[in-house]
Amino acid sequence: MNILLQSLMDQVRSAHDAAIPLTIQGGGSKGFWVKAEAPQTLNIKPYTGVVDYEPSELVITVRAGTPLSEVENLLAANNQMLGFEPPHYAPTATLGGAVASGLSGPRRANAGSVRDFVLGARIMDGQGRDLSFGGRVIKNVAGFDVSRLMAGALGTLGVLTEVSLKVIPRPQFETTLEWALPEAAAIIRMNEWGGQPLPVSATSFYNGQLRVRLSGAEVSVRSAMRQLGGEVVNEADAWWLSVREQSAPCFTSARPLWRLSVRSTATPLGLSGASLIEWGGALRWIASDHAPAQIQKAAQDMGGHALQFRNGHPARPHFAPLNPVLAQLNQRLKQSFDPKGILNPGLMAGF
Amino acid sequence: MNAPITRAELLTQLARCVPVEAILSETEDMRPFETDGLTAYRQTPYVVVLPSTEAQVQAILALCNSVGVPVVARGSGTGLSGGALPHAEGVLLSLSKFMRILDIDPLARTARVQPGVRNLAISEAVAPLGLYYAPDPSSQIACSIGGNVAENSGGVHCLKYGLTVHNILKVRAVTMAGELVELGSDALDSVGYDLMALITGSEGLLAVITEVTVKLLPKPQKAQAILAAFDDVEKAGDAVARIIAAGIIPAGLEMMDGPATRAAEAFVHADYPLDAEALLICESDGTPEEVTDEIARMKTILEDSGAIEIRYSYDEAQRLKFWAGRKAAFPAVGRLAPDYYCIDGTIPRRSLGMVLKRIYEMSHEFGLEVCNVFHAGDGNLHPLILFDASKPGEFERTEEYAGKILELCVEVGGTITGEHGVGVEKINQMCVQFSVEALQMFHGVKAAFDPLGLLNPGKGVPSLHRCAELGRMHVHHNQLPHPDLPRF
Ligand SMILES: Cc1cc2nc3c(=O)[nH]c(=O)nc-3n(C[C@H](O)[C@H](O)[C@H](O)COP(=O)(O)OP(=O)(O)OC[C@H]3O[C@@H](n4cnc5c(N)ncnc54)[C@H](O)[C@@H]3O)c2cc1C
Repeated sequence: MNILLQSLMDQVRSAHDAAIPLTIQGGGSKGFWVKAEAPQTLNIKPYTGVVDYEPSELVITVRAGTPLSEVENLLAANNQMLGFEPPHYAPTATLGGAVASGLSGPRRANAGSVRDFVLGARIMDGQGRDLSFGGRVIKNVAGFDVSRLMAGALGTLGVLTEVSLKVIPRPQFETTLEWALPEAAAIIRMNEWGGQPLPVSATSFYNGQLRVRLSGAEVSVRSAMRQLGGEVVNEADAWWLSVREQSAPCFTSARPLWRLSVRSTATPLGLSGASLIEWGGALRWIASDHAPAQIQKAAQDMGGHALQFRNGHPARPHFAPLNPVLAQLNQRLKQSFDPKGILNPGLMAGF
Repeated sequence: MNAPITRAELLTQLARCVPVEAILSETEDMRPFETDGLTAYRQTPYVVVLPSTEAQVQAILALCNSVGVPVVARGSGTGLSGGALPHAEGVLLSLSKFMRILDIDPLARTARVQPGVRNLAISEAVAPLGLYYAPDPSSQIACSIGGNVAENSGGVHCLKYGLTVHNILKVRAVTMAGELVELGSDALDSVGYDLMALITGSEGLLAVITEVTVKLLPKPQKAQAILAAFDDVEKAGDAVARIIAAGIIPAGLEMMDGPATRAAEAFVHADYPLDAEALLICESDGTPEEVTDEIARMKTILEDSGAIEIRYSYDEAQRLKFWAGRKAAFPAVGRLAPDYYCIDGTIPRRSLGMVLKRIYEMSHEFGLEVCNVFHAGDGNLHPLILFDASKPGEFERTEEYAGKILELCVEVGGTITGEHGVGVEKINQMCVQFSVEALQMFHGVKAAFDPLGLLNPGKGVPSLHRCAELGRMHVHHNQLPHPDLPRF
């Protein structure tokens, strides 16, 4: 076994034996949102490298500490990409962190989430056991889908050591169009266009402007442009990057930044504060001083949930409470994977 | 194992959960439920219950949980791995009365349906809106959406449009304790662990699905197909890899080998070239411009890869004709022998040529004919082994051959099942694919949902004891891929 992996395993095993909780540390790029406060740190960052990548398989297998940018560059050199367009939030972002955080970027509503692209995972559970689930093939239904369960689990079920992801070809051609519209009309339009065979790959609504990115074969993007009208946006790549990386103005306020995941057709939520809509209407960001309960309720009324993303308490991230039956299922799963509760304690909806 | 309460007592108590007409206890009435699509396994259920409301499902499960009676959920019974095989001392819970499409939201592009709704019925119901439900298993006229979620089913278009897990938003389900849970949500993500992903493909082991919210996609404006013949399977496999490497994700990319092609041709007269040793069907869909462009690019690649004949569908009728043979391949092969056995391994595409070669070699070794039909784009193989169950020992030989093929799939980095599930059929090969610790974790996941282990017991995940016994057997033949792994 790889010597680094062996040492990581030894650390988890001794932490398990001594019941000492661990903060799992990747690149620290998402620490503003979630970061456990445990007495010891398990540093995954040195565990890097591409284990397997053959472009014609559409699959890449990477060690969890590998910088996300390195993976993206390698894929780009082969005219491929990660379909979920993951946010980095800092140059230090690792692939393992991208999967564990479960965050997806502007392409999410059209191409799928990080969960959708996970094919396999090698993990260390809370007892330091080396376990492999899923695989390196696109279709695989042997056993429970534990690898997809790791996406968004914030490391609380297992330490990701290796991940296999499905990758997609880069689009031949991209362009972004823009319209000035009121919020309610923009939401309806995003949904209506989602129901038509158009090559939409991202949408945003900010400051009275609806922006729609089209990606695909040049012929089909051009025919969609003729059909939709609107103005072509210059420097569109910079815009989508600023949405993905949250450098656009509404994200940089000192107010609590809330992430509301709702039904895509939800009407404007009526909360005050700078806001940005993505994912065809299904993701709404708002920088707001409203009471958490009020924001939570607004999201729940629209079939979803809210969480505080910035300017909160990373060691005790704010999630909407789970109902008792679901909370029990979640807790029992946690118990199976991490019986002593040593992996990133407190991060996942309180456990 | 003895049932903890008498059968008569169970029937009395079940009658408090559902109207008596919803309980079948006469052997004659229960016959249709004896087997699923894997007919080699057969078992008369202890009792069959056909609830029609979620509350009834809750009551039945709570009852069975409290008296320790196993429960097996069943959709349409088209499963190919024995997942819905009844338990000799358990309740067979049929969801066939849950037939309603509850809600269609055209703007949000979702449909909320009961689990017994047939896969194709969803696409038919939303067709007037220009929408459809993408996963299209070949069994789609019969299989239920609940069964699709339980198996994470795929179809010929899943390379481009994904499996069931990629096309659902929310699942309502009842745990063995009778508790109702909602997994996923109307939004694109939800709080806590991703239990919706976990229940997808869980083969009825974690909870009984009582409602599914599916995503609907806009119907592509146009679809066109290419039929390409090769004189060698390896060249065809190579063409598949080159299409993908060129950045094309075809809507469908299917392969049939020579024997399968000839069987299909004899059955449906699709006009397939009979001299082909491999036939590829490549489909492109999208806007008319996009399709023209993609078809042209695929044509060049197919020619460069040595296709001996290339045809295009010029209209819908012709496109469907190209597909007719592929879609009828199983029954077509079924005419060649009294019985056939369908395998479902997935391999990295780069191993296609090598694995096929080994499959043909083993066909000679075992003295059993084989035809290959598969989702080439996904590397999902469906070798069909021909046999005659009435000849003593032939089924056992077939199972052994099938097991060898699956172990080969694992050896080259693939999996024992791409879409049909483990069920009872591939339970032994699970011991080959997973380590003891990983299997232990599966049991942990199971216990989180069903601590008493009453929901579909004996399926999907082998007991460690079983693997230990098999481990010895395999080591004895000296064939085990990982002889260094610890086994009990
Ligand atoms: C000719 C033919 C072609 C096929 N082609 C394909 C194909 O292309 N792709 C593919 O993926 N599969 C294919 N299959 C396999 C099969 O159709 C699928 O697995 C299908 O999803 C099973 O659905 P069902 O309703 O028949 O489920 P069943 O066979 O009734 O049950 C399957 C499993 O799901 C569980 N289950 C069923 N309903 C529920 C529920 N409501 N809650 C919890 N658990 C439940 C059962 O316990 C069982 O373990 C094919 C089968 C046949 C016969």
